[in-house]
Amino acid sequence: MRAAPAGPVPRTEAAIGGVLRIGVAVSLLVIAAGTLLSFVQDGGYGTLASDVPRLAGPGGAFPRTGSWLLAGLKDLNGQAVIVAGLLLLIATPVMRVAVSIVVFGRERDRAYMAIASAVLMLLLLSFALGKSG
Amino acid sequence: MTPLVFTLVTLGISYVAGLLGSLVGVGGGIIVVPALTLLMGVGIQNAIACSIVSVIATSSGAAASYVGERITNMRLGMVLEVATVIGAITGACVAARVPGRGLFLLFAIVLAFTAWWMLRPRGVAADAPADPMADRLRLHGSFYDRSLGREVAYRVSRTRLGLAVSLVAGVASGLLGIGGGVFKVPVMNLAMGIPIKACTATSNFMIGVTAAASAAVYLMRGDVLPFVAAPVAIGVLFGARTGAGLLGGMKSRSIRIAFVAVLALSAVQMFMKGIR
Repeated sequence: MRAAPAGPVPRTEAAIGGVLRIGVAVSLLVIAAGTLLSFVQDGGYGTLASDVPRLAGPGGAFPRTGSWLLAGLKDLNGQAVIVAGLLLLIATPVMRVAVSIVVFGRERDRAYMAIASAVLMLLLLSFALGKSG
Repeated sequence: MTPLVFTLVTLGISYVAGLLGSLVGVGGGIIVVPALTLLMGVGIQNAIACSIVSVIATSSGAAASYVGERITNMRLGMVLEVATVIGAITGACVAARVPGRGLFLLFAIVLAFTAWWMLRPRGVAADAPADPMADRLRLHGSFYDRSLGREVAYRVSRTRLGLAVSLVAGVASGLLGIGGGVFKVPVMNLAMGIPIKACTATSNFMIGVTAAASAAVYLMRGDVLPFVAAPVAIGVLFGARTGAGLLGGMKSRSIRIAFVAVLALSAVQMFMKGIR
């Protein structure tokens, strides 16, 4: 018996590869930009040795609310820009799963649509769990 | 150390971690976490949280090229991913309740295991019995092997075992901020009957999603420090890129041995932190 091909059509691979490549590139650019901003801004990283424990210690956490992020992005606050980049990075594999659901759907592959949807649900659940835990 | 120096040193360490990791075929996380805790004085929870973010970047970057070359078995990846993601969420949630020294000890064990695994004699694949589950899910695959110059077809076996090991790899990934490929790849290769290149590519494909699940938990909990995570993600990714470019001529035994020495040294140091 001949083995079935490993993946769907090549276009799928191109789409999934593209999502991953672009997602990583964009998020790292945003993270790098945020880092540069943090160094030049007042109230950013600062220039003293005593600034490091504040930033790299447990107190370096940022307020994890949508309003802090939106307000920070509006003012181009460096740390908020980094967090946006980190969110984009985390969203990249999530987008990859979402794209594969569409691709499997187009191929009318119900079983794999269900499997990919289950993975997507779990990923969305993880955001909620972190927020509550 | 000023914030600028901290950033540059972390960037450099992460670059080296990504470079070494890709030269010997493991992710950067296994070196980034010991480096951040032992050298930079970052708390282990925060080091794990920052490392897992960088794992997404490296694995997604590598996965994009493997997928393009069609080596990845995407169906198999999708199926095993269900288990790794459940494991990762569990691991990340449990990590908040594990005391720091417990994490140091667990990490020391994983480092020692990885060191041993890299020196082990090449295993012989077990015979692969028919697996109705793999048939039903159409997991069997094939890819074009450039070094052999021909299409390699294979049949997947022991899917249930693969799911169980993926769950464990996911827990390790979520708990310790590593990719977890070191657990999956041997089982996929030796027990499930998958050629090593397809194992590596498929494992990598899963790692991005696995790490995204636990990274989301860590980010929302506030363990990811932007100040530390930014240079780590950028450094590890570029290091891995450089390593992939060098891979052709440099896969020598001396690099492996040097790497094992780094792992063993880190294992001892992490162990000491755990029992102190």
